[in-house]
Amino acid sequence: MNQQHKSETVYEVKGLNLWYGDDQALKDINLKIGKNEVTAIIGPSGCGKSTFIKTLNRMIENIPIVRTSGEILYHGDNIFDKTVRVEELRTKVGMVFQKPNPFPKSIFENVVYGPKIHGIKDKALLMEIAETSLKSAALWDEVKDRLNDNAYGLSGGQQQRLCIARALAVQPDVILMDEPTSALDPIATAKIEELIDTLKEEYTIAIVTHSMQQAGRISDKTAFFLMGELIEFDRTEVLFSNPRDKRTEDYITGRFG
Amino acid sequence: MENEKSLQIRNVIQNNIKQRGHRADRLMPVVFLMLASISIFTTAGIVLILVTDSIHFFSDVPIKDFFSTRLAPLNAKNPEFGILPLINGTLFTSLIAMAVAIPVGLTAAIFLSEFASEKIRRVVKPIMEVLAGIPTIVYGFFAYSFVTPILMTLIPNLGAKNVISPGIVMGIMIIPMVASLSEDAMSSVPKAMREGAYGLGSTKLEVTLKVVIPAAISGILASFVLAISRAIGETMIVAIASGSSKNFTFDLTQSMQTMTGYIVEFTSGDAASGTTGYYSLYAVGLLLFLFTMLMNLVAQYVSRKFREEY
Repeated sequence: MNQQHKSETVYEVKGLNLWYGDDQALKDINLKIGKNEVTAIIGPSGCGKSTFIKTLNRMIENIPIVRTSGEILYHGDNIFDKTVRVEELRTKVGMVFQKPNPFPKSIFENVVYGPKIHGIKDKALLMEIAETSLKSAALWDEVKDRLNDNAYGLSGGQQQRLCIARALAVQPDVILMDEPTSALDPIATAKIEELIDTLKEEYTIAIVTHSMQQAGRISDKTAFFLMGELIEFDRTEVLFSNPRDKRTEDYITGRFG
Repeated sequence: MENEKSLQIRNVIQNNIKQRGHRADRLMPVVFLMLASISIFTTAGIVLILVTDSIHFFSDVPIKDFFSTRLAPLNAKNPEFGILPLINGTLFTSLIAMAVAIPVGLTAAIFLSEFASEKIRRVVKPIMEVLAGIPTIVYGFFAYSFVTPILMTLIPNLGAKNVISPGIVMGIMIIPMVASLSEDAMSSVPKAMREGAYGLGSTKLEVTLKVVIPAAISGILASFVLAISRAIGETMIVAIASGSSKNFTFDLTQSMQTMTGYIVEFTSGDAASGTTGYYSLYAVGLLLFLFTMLMNLVAQYVSRKFREEY
């Protein structure tokens, strides 16, 4: 594989179709996600944006009736290839969910869950992983004195940053975020957005959001989905200031959605 | 709507709400309370009778003799009421039952909750629950006339009445209870939590063993304890298949009588009202009641203590 190519494009989606049973939820999606970019995915409810992001780490296949066609190249390799182990893909492509979903364990155990199941046993190393991951998720200062407390004692925003730390602990390359702030208050939301801004220096991020303001604030590129189709994909400032498609314009100006 | 019409509707509503009596609202809670207290009064009555008649018993038989190994209630000259042989019988049949029910029930629960497809679950769960609906006398007969003969070919010294066979069959009877309660506990673990684990590259087995079971452990342990309590109280299977030997022994291939079996034997004819033997039933009953109550308390404690908050 070409090293140059590798450093530029992380994901290349080619002619992706997806069905839930007989209902087609994604129709011929084509887009590229570049390294260290934040790509926002926007669109009204039911447009397929969550489905799309969950396809990038094949989480969508946990729903038994899902079928796909087309290709998603991750660093040039098709993730649907029979030789790909989804578990391996998901250690490289982490995910943060709509509602914070820590495990009912201590803060420390939450962060080191991933490294532990993937065979890291050394206590000192796990502690180091926990510290760096929590620092990267801007949570360390708030929890360093109570790492053994149950994660459910944290506030919603802290829980979500814990989930980000948990994803970072397995040293991924990409972080997928599925409306990570939809259950949070504005202050917690601002903290997560700030965090995304620093994380993009090291990681490639794709984020689904229902808030166009959020997409505008944090993303480099924005993809607009409507009824399973990718209507427009461009640099964020271009898409918002000068949309080419009438439907994009109608959506971002609030005429529907 | 026209203004006049909405005004009319409002008047009707306002009138009705003023006129409507609140008698039902005051009366019904009392009715509910009365019906609910039936079970409480019944329990209280049972405990009262157990305790008062046990006091009769203990005025004839000192506690020291009650907790001894010599049991010969029908000996006309010198009846003895040591309960330890009965406790032994109860303990061993229950232990064997749990050795069967816990591993089988838990694996069944894991399979149903985490691995079975919706279709399989819909077929298997009701079938399994049918097991729970079979009358225990049928299980007892099954143990005595089917399982014991089979075991006899495997274990040469096995008596026609023994502890192993009813223990195993009792375990089979309890499987649905363990499986069903554990499955409930596991399937109530939120889907989001599983997704979090999958998202970190966990396999299905890792999600099950490291996330779902720890999160459901309080419910799972509680199901074990309730199953033990069920085994201790089970009567017909042991009465039929483990016999009525009152010897104090640790030989599982031989007959042992359980506490429940003892009560069955005596209430079916031999105890004349007012005799010490008659009162001994209440003492055994009281002890049995204390055992199962203790187990239920343990179940409650366990489910609170091990609950992982989420």
